[in-house]
Amino acid sequence: MADHPTSRNFAADRRRFLARGVQAAGAVSLVGMLLASHAEQARSRPVSALRPPGALPEDEFLGACVRCGLCVRDCPYDTLRLASFGEPIAPGTPYFVARDIPCEMCEDIPCVVACPTTALDKNLTDIREADMGVAVVTGTDTCYSITGVGRCTGCYDACPIKDEAITMELKQEGGRVYFVPTVHREQCTGCGKCEADCLYPEAAIKVLPRALVRHDVGSDFV
Amino acid sequence: MSAPTSSEPATAPVTRPWWLRQRWLLLRRASQFGLLGLFMLGPWAGIWWAKGNLAASTWFDLVPLSDPFIVLQSWLAVGAVTSTALLGAGLIAGFYWLVGGRVFCSWVCPVNVITDAAHWLRTRLRLPPGWRPQRSLRLWLAAMCLVAATLTGSLVWELVNPVTLVQRALVFGVGAGWTVMLAVFLFDLLVSRRGWCGHLCPVGAFYGLLGTASPLRVAAHAREACTDCGDCFEVCPEPQVISPALRGSGTRIVVSGDCTNCGRCIDVCPDDVFRFAQRYRYRPPG
Ligand code: SF4
Ligand code: SF4
Ligand code: SF4
Ligand code: SF4
Repeated sequence: MADHPTSRNFAADRRRFLARGVQAAGAVSLVGMLLASHAEQARSRPVSALRPPGALPEDEFLGACVRCGLCVRDCPYDTLRLASFGEPIAPGTPYFVARDIPCEMCEDIPCVVACPTTALDKNLTDIREADMGVAVVTGTDTCYSITGVGRCTGCYDACPIKDEAITMELKQEGGRVYFVPTVHREQCTGCGKCEADCLYPEAAIKVLPRALVRHDVGSDFV
Repeated sequence: MSAPTSSEPATAPVTRPWWLRQRWLLLRRASQFGLLGLFMLGPWAGIWWAKGNLAASTWFDLVPLSDPFIVLQSWLAVGAVTSTALLGAGLIAGFYWLVGGRVFCSWVCPVNVITDAAHWLRTRLRLPPGWRPQRSLRLWLAAMCLVAATLTGSLVWELVNPVTLVQRALVFGVGAGWTVMLAVFLFDLLVSRRGWCGHLCPVGAFYGLLGTASPLRVAAHAREACTDCGDCFEVCPEPQVISPALRGSGTRIVVSGDCTNCGRCIDVCPDDVFRFAQRYRYRPPG
């Protein structure tokens, strides 16, 4: 039959090997591309989902956080939770919803201390420097104090750094006198205590990611 | 029945008690569930020996452990890694380098329980093998995980990784995590025999590479006693690793990093061909 059966087999083997390699590489690249586009979508999360104190900017956070939940375990107030599969947040990443359980701004910041990665920045040693978001009075037409329904100071009372991050400003308008809860964005850490305690059924003050709120304005109103 | 009295290899299988035929399997299940139990002791009983999950954990508030594959991806993604994560990854990598990388698969990974269950059922139902992609596909997928992390700067694989998703679901709350478990089960049951762990899982592939030189190995020590019954090939999750050691004329050690050191072949072989051995000090019989 063939003169050089072994070398021919070898060539055929090599061709088959190469073909299978190309096949595998192609299939895997496809999977990779699908995953990468999925990752792009997973970058966005609901505005109500806030990251723990010291969290890197979202893009870096999603590369640094290994989704171990050590921050969750060491949070004494059960504020933090890990996103489970199927939630519109990258699965396994920690977040909190201020209206459910806000961050109590622990002096010793146990969540940051527990984090084994760079995801929660160890340079954050003073919780007042934290930037989980910024509170905004969204319900200017619902806030009991602004609308004059009552003399409510729920958000102001809740703030761990009241008089710095939030004040009640006296406002006079057409003979009407009322107090406006006023957030001072430089000081606000985004802990969400105000949002959690707001007395209106749908919180009239909400913590939003800072990127959604303009930086160059010192405070709401005024 | 009486045991053979001579020193010749028994040709007729000796009936061994059932626990001896299942001993490594039982130990393995104890290890898998025990480890899961240790992680659940905190959330369920308030005993915090272990915190975290398979991605990273802290033991007794002191020892950090972390998954080297995830730490590697994270490092590629952000270009930085903490000494804690590095230490944790080093401890885990060192451990598996010694005992065999895929010991992670057969003794630790919770997905293995699911895929073993699927395999058990598909054997009972006599289902055909189905889709059989080349086993090297998992290496390509592992490479893809690293490339994707580098290019996107994000832990892309962790969006879908069944290994961490399943364990996290059990330890931190299930959510829709059960769909992942079901998907892996159905894939292995209906689409591909030993499909997930044997052909696709990049985590297993990574640990396989990690354990290529491990001292702890299975040896086909008494291979002359083999009666070609095929029980070991039937039960082995990576049957291709057995032939060179059992049928070859070279080393009796199962050297492939794909071997999971599950010990199932030791359990089922009626002629006691297999045993665990120390690869670098191994002396063949005679
Ligand atoms: S600062 Fe305290 S309350 Fe806030 S997330 Fe961290 S551990 Fe929890
Ligand atoms: S402790 Fe750090 S790495 Fe772990 S889940 Fe929290 S932020 Fe991510
Ligand atoms: S192959 Fe993957 S899923 Fe299977 S046991 Fe190993 S790590 Fe777990
Ligand atoms: S060779 Fe034996 S120990 Fe290794 S994977 Fe197969 S059955 Fe398990």
